Amino acid sequence: MKPFDYRHPADAAAAVRTVAADPDAVYLGGGTNLVDHLKLGVAEPDLVVGVTDLLPAEIEELGGGALRIGAGVSNSELAAHPRVREWFPVLSQALLSGASGQLRNMATTGGNPLQRTRCVYFQDVTTPCNKRTPGSGCSAIGGWTRYHAILGASDQCIAVHPSDMAVAMAALDAQVRVLGPDGERIIPFTDLHRLPGDTPERDTVLEHGELITAIDLPAQTIARRSAYRKVRDRASYAFALVSVAAALDVKDGVIADARIAFGGVAHKPWRAHRAEEALRGAAASDSSYRAAADAELADARPAEGLEGGNAFKIPLLRRTLTATLRDLAREDA
Amino acid sequence: MDTEITVRVDGVPRRLTVDTRTTLLDALRERLGVTSPKKGCDHGQCGACTVLSGGQRVLSCLTLAVTQAGAQVVTAEGLASETATTDEAHEQRHEQRQHEGTHDGTHAAGRCLHPVQRAFIDCDAFQCGYCTPGQVVSAVGMLDEFARGWPSAVTSGTEAPRLDRAEVAERMSGNLCRCAAYVNIVPAVQQAAEASAARTSEGAAGTGVAR
Repeated sequence: MKPFDYRHPADAAAAVRTVAADPDAVYLGGGTNLVDHLKLGVAEPDLVVGVTDLLPAEIEELGGGALRIGAGVSNSELAAHPRVREWFPVLSQALLSGASGQLRNMATTGGNPLQRTRCVYFQDVTTPCNKRTPGSGCSAIGGWTRYHAILGASDQCIAVHPSDMAVAMAALDAQVRVLGPDGERIIPFTDLHRLPGDTPERDTVLEHGELITAIDLPAQTIARRSAYRKVRDRASYAFALVSVAAALDVKDGVIADARIAFGGVAHKPWRAHRAEEALRGAAASDSSYRAAADAELADARPAEGLEGGNAFKIPLLRRTLTATLRDLAREDA
Repeated sequence: MDTEITVRVDGVPRRLTVDTRTTLLDALRERLGVTSPKKGCDHGQCGACTVLSGGQRVLSCLTLAVTQAGAQVVTAEGLASETATTDEAHEQRHEQRQHEGTHDGTHAAGRCLHPVQRAFIDCDAFQCGYCTPGQVVSAVGMLDEFARGWPSAVTSGTEAPRLDRAEVAERMSGNLCRCAAYVNIVPAVQQAAEASAARTSEGAAGTGVAR
């Protein structure tokens, strides 16, 4: 492992100044991803700045059913919070479907969305990877693509974002509060992550030195009937092949409104606006759900690769969305 | 870069100088001689290195030692004697006298096993034993989470769940056992949960709290 300096400033503002001033500095949250990357040689910072205990660790009620989640709140505490379970069950379920008890205790609200892809080639420094080493090529294209994208990929990168929490946040129209050297700004969660395009080395729109301090969840009654469904190769402790975060409002057998996001299929949590649009005003039936999936997946492009590539994700995601919405509609009845 | 830290390990303050790259796991094992946390995968995928930090189960292989300055770390070696009842203490002192000279006595002398450790022995919840200290510490942390009402991925609704097989398997999924001793690990965790619930209940009766 490359040597690095470690600092633990007095507060978040000092941490931001420290990281912003050094292009080779990084923030350390729970460490569940970064410490592994230090070992693997994927990350080689000169300076590591510990911030977990400098960030708000409270979940604050903002009134009317909105919540502000401090970036220092652990994934475990967030998943277990009574208001989260009652008002935003999709978020609690998404968190609990990810990682293990130990990792959820370590991982933070601010760090979770900034974890990096688990693409095996990205994590193996002996293989070309445009995300790790821009311009070196993509080993996943034509390689092992079981855990790779079917939506929004580029000819530079077909990696997917690994977070479950982020998929729920995208469906819930969360807002990310960010502290930078020039002050605070707010980024809609769905704009936080980017598609790879020609610069797959950039996962998010955050500038160097910017630090997530909190994530706000706006009040929305639709979220009370929401769920997260994750399909994976093991029953627990595995990343998603595909996942669905959904909220549904059904009145008299007709879908009044819906919120949908997909995980495991794109470089970012994939908010499914087309599927939502297809559902509004439609009958709450399997054929409507399938039609919504087809609307969203019209542009899906499976990655060819070893063992048949990942075309299986298209029917798998269609069925997962249908099952999730069917269960929610039943719950609504 | 070297940094001096003080960490309380199994109740004892330990001062040491660590390179910033040193994980808590390596600091415990290689620097302090606390070898119960095991290095399985060293990448956060197996749970063999599980310890309690600030009372919560965490992976010591993904924790930088410098971040643990002032922390309270408990390993499997530090679990004994905290919660044993008088009867258990008596029984174990008796056993210990009988076994005197057959173990090194460094950590067990005068101590009583934690109910989770006792349950693992009762249920034969291990084979090679390599994952066991991590399993035991993880179970201790998990039972505390369960007692606080934390849900899991298999918990349905918002009612307090029962610690059935599915709940134990899900909540312990971060601890792998290559001998696949799960068939005995799960009952051991359930037995420890029942023992701890029974004690809580007795204590509650004594203080007049309705249950």
